[in-house]
Amino acid sequence: MPVTHIANQFAMPDCGGDILIVNDLHFSYPDGQPALNGVSLKLCEGDKVALMGPNGAGKSTLMLHLNGILSGRGEVEIAGKRLTRDNLPLIRSMVGLVFQNPDDQLFSPTVFEDVAFGPLHMGLPEAEVRARVDAALEAVRMSSYRDRLSHHLSVGEKKRIAIATVLSMRPILLALDEPSAGLDPRARRTLINLLRDLPIAMLVSTHDMKLAQELFPRAVVMDEGRVVADGLTADILDDEALLTAHGLEKP
Amino acid sequence: MHSNAFNRYREKESFLHRLDPRVKVAATVAFIVSNALLPDGAWFAFAFAWAFLLACNLLSRLGASYTFKRSIIALPFALIAITVLFSVPGNPLAVFHFLNSTFAITDAGLLRFASILVRSWLSVQMAILLVAVTRFPDLVHALEHLRVPAILTTIIAFLYRYLFVLTDEVLRLLRARESRSAAAPGSRSGGGVAWRAKVAGNLAGQLFLRSYERSDRIHNAMLARGYAGRLYTLNPHEMRSKDYYAAAFALAFVFLTQLIGRF
Repeated sequence: MPVTHIANQFAMPDCGGDILIVNDLHFSYPDGQPALNGVSLKLCEGDKVALMGPNGAGKSTLMLHLNGILSGRGEVEIAGKRLTRDNLPLIRSMVGLVFQNPDDQLFSPTVFEDVAFGPLHMGLPEAEVRARVDAALEAVRMSSYRDRLSHHLSVGEKKRIAIATVLSMRPILLALDEPSAGLDPRARRTLINLLRDLPIAMLVSTHDMKLAQELFPRAVVMDEGRVVADGLTADILDDEALLTAHGLEKP
Repeated sequence: MHSNAFNRYREKESFLHRLDPRVKVAATVAFIVSNALLPDGAWFAFAFAWAFLLACNLLSRLGASYTFKRSIIALPFALIAITVLFSVPGNPLAVFHFLNSTFAITDAGLLRFASILVRSWLSVQMAILLVAVTRFPDLVHALEHLRVPAILTTIIAFLYRYLFVLTDEVLRLLRARESRSAAAPGSRSGGGVAWRAKVAGNLAGQLFLRSYERSDRIHNAMLARGYAGRLYTLNPHEMRSKDYYAAAFALAFVFLTQLIGRF
């Protein structure tokens, strides 16, 4: 059954997009598979947004565009700065991208080195790097894990360290790819509390409807490389027809 | 599922554990090079080196025979040297006839073979001790400080980090194969050898593809945090006077070994 894209009826009060503006973004993978077909999205200071949609909707592809790892046709602006080749390093320090699999995110032998990786590559002085590592580990409540080896951690611990590795860059936007996937209830609860307390704008792709309901006032639904709904999470999760049409489920 | 088979570090509180990793790496390399440079049959020098090794074992508080027990595993590799028994010219001690050719074990060949055995055995033990008393990240730092090219230290660090992940991946693949290696009632499980070989080949291919894709994702994760082709690290190590003394002592010992071996 072909998916029909209804006009967005969940419009929220317009936000200028002082954190993020994505305008008419198109992207196809090298094998010709189109992944994004004209995505437009605005995020403002303090926005915490859930990004929902079935597998293959283009959520992860969109995330990879936010700091220029992939670059498609269209515009991406972070805090008023257009993403170009020249300001890529600056943009990357402003967008903290956390990948779904923490084993990909944590590539250094020790936790300390992983959290220090971002600040070091920003060219910060040593004292500042150390201060940022301590602050980031404190923020995810993992200070005592500073000298541990990454491969000895549990999945939940790895997830929190993975978030610390981008917090240490002091980003203005956190982009998390399925942060609650594979976590047991306790680790999930810890993660929810952590995300709630972080005072940063975030865009979180998730299949966890309960998480979205609990944590994110605003939700964006994507399907087939388009934004099909963008509005209050409560409204969207109430619209059973919309959820079913895009392979989602009411929590 | 965790594989810890590669973690050779033994947590202990000892002089060697606390020693600066640079000193340990440099001393180990010096020790190994010194062994390689000793002339054949320098038994006094070998004994001296062995005594040093034993002393290090005791200093590490891992027990005098710690490295000895673990060194046996490396001995089969020394058997590659078995050809020198026949190839070094000298007085024949024993003669074999095999496939229309004559092989003779010479006295010089035997001497060299025994020396190579002792050299590799001593060297392997020192390397075993090094990784037992030094945390792996510290080893990599030490190599960085000792001006080993960044590309090599990076490869070593990544290898170590992902060895565990890949082994887990292999275990999962094997487990998936096991759990589907079923048999219908009354028939034998598994197909022919060729079929099994094909399955094993597919597993290896899977592993390669997964690793390849993983490397792509890791690269993305590095780019996302500002990687631009150069790696930076912070190293908390600082040489204290104790470390300098230890380094000087190790070098003096190596020098002495060489003197004993040559005169």
